[in-house]
Amino acid sequence: MNPIQTLRVALRAILRNKLRAFLTTLGIVIGVGAVIAMMAIGAGAKQRVEEAFAAMGTNVLIILPGSTSSGGVRGGFGSMPTLTWDDLAAVRSDVPTVKVAAPTLRSSMPVISEVQNWTTSITGTSPEYFDIRNWPIALGSAITQSDVDGGTKVIVLGQTVVDKLYGSNSNPVGQMVRVGNTPFQVVGVVTRKGQSATGQDYDDAAFIPFTTFARKVQGGLGKYLQGSIMVAATSSATTSRAQQDITALLRERHHTGAGEDDDFSIRNLAEIASAQQQGTETMTMLLASVAAVSLLVGGIGIMNIMLVSVTERTREIGIRMAVGAEPHHILVQFLIEALSLSVAGGLIGVALGVGAAVWIAARLQWPMLIQPDVIAVSVGFSAIVGIVFGIYPARKASQLDPIDALRFE
Amino acid sequence: MGAPVIELSEVTKIYRTGDVELRALDGVSLRIDEGEFVAVMGSSGSGKSTLMNIVGCLDRPTTGSYVLAGRGVAGIRRNELARIRNRTLGFVFQQFNLLARTSALENVELPLEYAGLGAKARRKKATDALARVGLDRRLEHHPNQLSGGQQQRVAIARAIVNDPKVILADEPTGALDSRTSIDVMAILQELWRSGITVVVVTHEPDVARFASRVIVMRDGRVLSDRSQQAARAVPSEHDGSNT
Repeated sequence: MNPIQTLRVALRAILRNKLRAFLTTLGIVIGVGAVIAMMAIGAGAKQRVEEAFAAMGTNVLIILPGSTSSGGVRGGFGSMPTLTWDDLAAVRSDVPTVKVAAPTLRSSMPVISEVQNWTTSITGTSPEYFDIRNWPIALGSAITQSDVDGGTKVIVLGQTVVDKLYGSNSNPVGQMVRVGNTPFQVVGVVTRKGQSATGQDYDDAAFIPFTTFARKVQGGLGKYLQGSIMVAATSSATTSRAQQDITALLRERHHTGAGEDDDFSIRNLAEIASAQQQGTETMTMLLASVAAVSLLVGGIGIMNIMLVSVTERTREIGIRMAVGAEPHHILVQFLIEALSLSVAGGLIGVALGVGAAVWIAARLQWPMLIQPDVIAVSVGFSAIVGIVFGIYPARKASQLDPIDALRFE
Repeated sequence: MGAPVIELSEVTKIYRTGDVELRALDGVSLRIDEGEFVAVMGSSGSGKSTLMNIVGCLDRPTTGSYVLAGRGVAGIRRNELARIRNRTLGFVFQQFNLLARTSALENVELPLEYAGLGAKARRKKATDALARVGLDRRLEHHPNQLSGGQQQRVAIARAIVNDPKVILADEPTGALDSRTSIDVMAILQELWRSGITVVVVTHEPDVARFASRVIVMRDGRVLSDRSQQAARAVPSEHDGSNT
């Protein structure tokens, strides 16, 4: 008996009891469906985190100044300026793994156009900033080096600020705005960047040369850099290396003793990103393994029904044996039947899981990512479930005594 | 008449249930030659069904030897027994034992599937076998669409489809009325005349008279064994396919 005949016999036996076959496979359907949906949503969440950090840049380091410490009360990072403009220059020139570095001086201030005003985060920085953030200019131009050198009053706006001041899709390049009491000319608008992983709106921001910022907001350009430094390493692979090199350089420049704490801190976005990714992965695996348990339960359901089926069809087995079916023919017949049930359940489950993932994604505006390998593994796993749980009933059938089987009523 | 096709010597079959020992067959020696039509008679519990099971390779004797078509089969494995049932023997049962919800043609094809024949050859042989029992117009009918006599004829077609040496019929008329019984016996006689050895187990003398030899069993032994002039089974006028 060839495999196609065996398959036909198995399929016919299944189709004879359509409702029962469907109920039998339901466990597998739900199991596979749940695994696929969970994995799709989990992978979507992971991708969202990845994208969020890719938007920030995985090769980005942020150097924050140190903390004050007086009378045992220690302020947080940034509570005391410990970074100097010379430190910035040294980081730029002395660390080979650093591609570019930019100062970021921040303050929340109202930006006032002729008709509207909007309080946003003003960042004083240098032209490299847009390169580090991987943030292209949509309209007009970026801050230039000569703007920095000359301390000119130019401003680059984020999309949200443009929306609030001028309405969406308008081109404000060339317009004048006031920041506090100082008039600035809008020279450019950066592209829309969206939200950070924590929901912060990247586009609610405006940028001016740091020299102008220091003079107009901070009351002059002193020795200390009153903000943080954003650094791009030459690649994401060299980011950790750059972090070590900068730490060593700044400790040396600040004359930090061997046992003393750093008077600055370096945030490595790549590390934060991978920690977050691990978090989502763990969550995904947890959900998927809960779903996988229902696959197991589905397998037990299949075994149950196959045992019933063997008992019901004892006479058929006897007839087949009488006309020459060898034990392995019977074994394969029932095994294929169990396998067909579980694989059919698996395929329905895939359809259901994909459907559920698409639906949930649409309803919750949650990203999802359907991975072909997850589908292959789920269907493969349900096939294994079919074989594992089908083998006992099939063996039982194949070892029936033909005489008893023929006499069975 | 011909060479021996079934040779049993000193065959015993003992069933044990707990301490109770049941000797279903008690030293049966028997030789059936090619071309015989044998009726095995006896009351229930005489051992005739056990004998049938052993001759049919569905069961193995406890002791003794059994040579079927020149091959010793007393101690061989289950797979081998299945192959012998498939190629050398054909079964006809009292309850027909057809697969439900399966067409006559597919029922008859079943032994050929296990013999490993291709679809085309199967279909041809099965159609021929059904024609031989007069059912070539009922190929696609399912058992529940056929009368008892027709079902038994499908079963006979299934028994002969793989060109067996021996047909074993266990109470083939037990579930049929007397007129249909004669029709079935007529078909078995026809097969016998074409050269197939036929062994029928029955408790009805009316059926046994169509055989060329009658063996009577009692208490697991052969009580009597005699040859006779087989009465000719004349099928009834109707063709049987309408009932």
